[in-house]
Amino acid sequence: MPAGLMTYSEQSAAAAANPIFVARGLTKIYQMGEVQVQALRGVDLDLYAGEFVVLLGPSGSGKSTLLNILGGLDTPTSGSVRYAGCDLSLDDDASMTQYRRTHVGFVFQFYNLIPSLTARENVALVTEIAENPMSPEQALTLVGLSERLDHFPAQLSGGEQQRVAIARAVAKRPQVLLCDEPTGALDAQTGVMVLDVIARVNRELGTTTVVITHNAVIAAIADRVIYFGDGLVARIEHNEHKKTATELRW
Amino acid sequence: MKALDRKLLRDLAQMKSQVLAIALVVMCGVGTFIMFLSTLEALRVTQNSYYRDYRFADVFSSLKRAPESLRQRVLDIPGVDQAETRVKAQVRVDMPGFPEPVTALMVSVSDRGRHGLNALHLREGRLPSPWRADEVVVSTPFAQAHALQLGARFYAILNGRRQALTVVGTALSPEFIQQLRPGSAFPDYKRYGVMWMARRALGQAYDMEGAFNDLALSLQPYADSQYVIDRIDELLKPYGGLGAYTREDQLSHRFLTQELQQLGTLARLFPAIFMGIAAFLLNVVIGRLVAMQREQVATLKAFGYSTLAVLWHYLKMVSVIVGLGIVGGAALGVWLGKLLSGIYMEFYHFPYLKFALRPGTALLAAAISLLAAGAGTVFAVWRAATLRPAQAMRPEPPARYRETWVEKLGLKRWLSQPARMIIRHIQRQQFKSMLTVLGIAIAGGMILTGLFQRDTVGYMINIQFGMKQREDLALTFTDPTAYRARFDLLGLPEVRHVEVFRAVPVRLRHAHHSYRTNIRGIESGGDMARLLDADLRPAALPSEGILLTDFLAGMLDVRVGDRVIIEVLEGNRPVRETVVAGLVREYLGVSGYMHLAALNRFMQEGPTISGAYLNIDSAQLQSLYSRLKEMPRVAGVTERVQEIRNFNHVMRETMLFFTYVATVFAVIIAFGVIYNSARIALTERGRELASLRVLGFTRAEITYILLGELGLLTLFAIPLGLWLGRGMCYYIAHTMQNDLFRVPVVLVPQTYAFAATVVLVSALLSGLAVRRRLNQLDLIAVLKAAE
Repeated sequence: MPAGLMTYSEQSAAAAANPIFVARGLTKIYQMGEVQVQALRGVDLDLYAGEFVVLLGPSGSGKSTLLNILGGLDTPTSGSVRYAGCDLSLDDDASMTQYRRTHVGFVFQFYNLIPSLTARENVALVTEIAENPMSPEQALTLVGLSERLDHFPAQLSGGEQQRVAIARAVAKRPQVLLCDEPTGALDAQTGVMVLDVIARVNRELGTTTVVITHNAVIAAIADRVIYFGDGLVARIEHNEHKKTATELRW
Repeated sequence: MKALDRKLLRDLAQMKSQVLAIALVVMCGVGTFIMFLSTLEALRVTQNSYYRDYRFADVFSSLKRAPESLRQRVLDIPGVDQAETRVKAQVRVDMPGFPEPVTALMVSVSDRGRHGLNALHLREGRLPSPWRADEVVVSTPFAQAHALQLGARFYAILNGRRQALTVVGTALSPEFIQQLRPGSAFPDYKRYGVMWMARRALGQAYDMEGAFNDLALSLQPYADSQYVIDRIDELLKPYGGLGAYTREDQLSHRFLTQELQQLGTLARLFPAIFMGIAAFLLNVVIGRLVAMQREQVATLKAFGYSTLAVLWHYLKMVSVIVGLGIVGGAALGVWLGKLLSGIYMEFYHFPYLKFALRPGTALLAAAISLLAAGAGTVFAVWRAATLRPAQAMRPEPPARYRETWVEKLGLKRWLSQPARMIIRHIQRQQFKSMLTVLGIAIAGGMILTGLFQRDTVGYMINIQFGMKQREDLALTFTDPTAYRARFDLLGLPEVRHVEVFRAVPVRLRHAHHSYRTNIRGIESGGDMARLLDADLRPAALPSEGILLTDFLAGMLDVRVGDRVIIEVLEGNRPVRETVVAGLVREYLGVSGYMHLAALNRFMQEGPTISGAYLNIDSAQLQSLYSRLKEMPRVAGVTERVQEIRNFNHVMRETMLFFTYVATVFAVIIAFGVIYNSARIALTERGRELASLRVLGFTRAEITYILLGELGLLTLFAIPLGLWLGRGMCYYIAHTMQNDLFRVPVVLVPQTYAFAATVVLVSALLSGLAVRRRLNQLDLIAVLKAAE
């Protein structure tokens, strides 16, 4: 049975036996000039296959650092983090590149589209180097942009650009979708539309999804909400009754 | 220090390698400019003061023999200031320990000594005593070539009489800055020299007591030289005058003038290229810097700095970069200028060289660089500085791209997304891409201009001494000699084969054009002295009419079939007309050629020759030389191998310098353009590339996207550069073209390959330098920042 068709309780039962990320005692210290900044102070965390997690917390609480480590963009100072049994704390550029290439989809606050490529080509950029991708058209249809395939980023609105970024992130059928403030640069209405697309990807493709935000309203659409504060997991909440994105108002 | 100036210094420190790359290009521009102009200036000043201090004559004429009393009539010609009568003779010299025959031009020393025209600059010793027949002053380079000390003795054959001479001095003369054996294009101080004897002694030897056979005059200021020449020709006609001429036709002066003209050409060409490139680089680099500092500009303006203050800030930044280049360039220019002047001084044996960097030259170089740089930057800065602060603080909107014509042609499906990124980026910045291609192309072209002289020289040697002059020895007689001398030469045991020639000094006229040269009569079917047509195939010698060097035909404005007037300048000086039967190609000198028998008929003389080409048994060269020394009619001998050596020597001395300089500077340009383009591309696209890295692209893949564009531009630039370089070579060759020599443009495939390789290697090194930075891209920071 495809993961996407399982109910939440079935999923969590399967996931409980099989956490996709296991982090233990993660710390991260940045050297900022002559000052040391401790971004993570010993984080223990399990993330389960197929779940929708929102990381909530104020600026500087360490949530982006965690996301970067999960995404293979950064390595912890100490502690371990494993993805499906593989160690992500090794500082090995080639294997991290390979990890990002096959397993992770990223969505950024500022979209980071390639301005010289159209919507379709921005997605193709990723599908061309992926193993079993969907077609760019399919991915863009999924985010509701089947009409804007051949538009360049300069010809798209912010919300549309972010949806292209989501299509680009999911087109390779990643196991994990990591979104860092995906609605941060958007107005509320457009933000809701983008979150709706992210939730749909999670639901229909079963992609483990992590969304960073400091907008507490968004927490309502998650399976689990992880509160960050001062480099530590402050608490974790389970949403018994998930809202849909369209029910959100802020 | 003001805060803004601190920012300026830190910004400069931040982009120090780009600053260095641009400053180096400016340095090359200023350096070449100062090198060429200061050398030119030094040579001109030296030439002028040398001519003035040693009273270099304005008009010259040779004649057969005239009584000394004629001098007063020369002085009576309106416009004539001073007149110097002289005795001149070509003599054969027997240098001890040097087996080959040596030819010398013996010139009488003015009775007025240092106050006469064409005075000698004594380097050592003294002038010959007027009463001594055995004292001689030799030219300094000749003395150096033979390591002659004062008091050294050797023998000369003066008018058939062997006479011992003692060196009492060595000297230089403004009249013989370039000392060339007639018919030779390159100096050979071992085998040809100028010497000076007392007038009395030389006059006695040549039956010129109370008479002279050479005249030099100086003119009053604003005198009409043509008028004086016509009067002199009239006056000297009964005395066998060979036609008066001005300095402009004096061989030594002409060589020097040509050289200065060539320097002038290079002085214009090279600095212009460097300044253009520097302006382009500054435009790109500063333009990018300003674009990146949009927000800072806006903040400054929000705090109340005026547009002009902001503009001034960036112009100061440019001035610092250019200033570095100017200071370095001035130092480089003076160093190279001294080096180059030194080469010229040694080549021309000036008595002194007045080298000084004139403040005007340095200021001009500085002004040109600053102007070029300012023009390159002012627009970019102006655009940023005139933005409204609120607008400038907002990030720039995403750049607009569109499909390129390559894709519209239907090639799109063959192109990967990275390839599309590359070509769309090139198209979006068409102008900048074009300038980049042009910059790289010029670097490649410049290498060709540095190397083509070497290729050309190889080619000229091959044509001149491989196809045209193929004898082992060329021998000239002191006077026209009966044809039967050929058999005497053939009778020598060392000689295998003999061909003979007759050389007659003439003035060729057609319409209002005229030119003084020699007509050489040769035998048809000769194997050693051959004539070549325009395709460099052996040209047939017509039994009637004259063949002209094609360049000479151009000078006289004659075509094949036209008739030219020949005024013979020896013997009883017949003047006749003949038809131009054809043209021949040669690169050194210009002459007319006739069939030997036809020339003898033309001269109304019996079978007569002036010299011979010999094919010899080279193992017996020394014994042949000693035999020839016993033959008083033999005036001189040139060995072909030696000519090739002289040729190569001159080329090595003068041209290789330019080869090195041009190659080094071309590398700097190539590196400056490519490295800066790559750095700019990196700052412009760092964010894009980091995003790709996050998406799972490997370092190699993003390197391809960044450097692929430059690689593509470099590939376009190389053929363009080779084509441009060829054009530059043609330009240089064209400006060098004159009746003394023509430089064909010859570029061998290896030279093209070398130029292309240098460009490619420069591109590769620039790429590697930038790739290092690509590995340090901050993937996380890029995601956090707004565009």
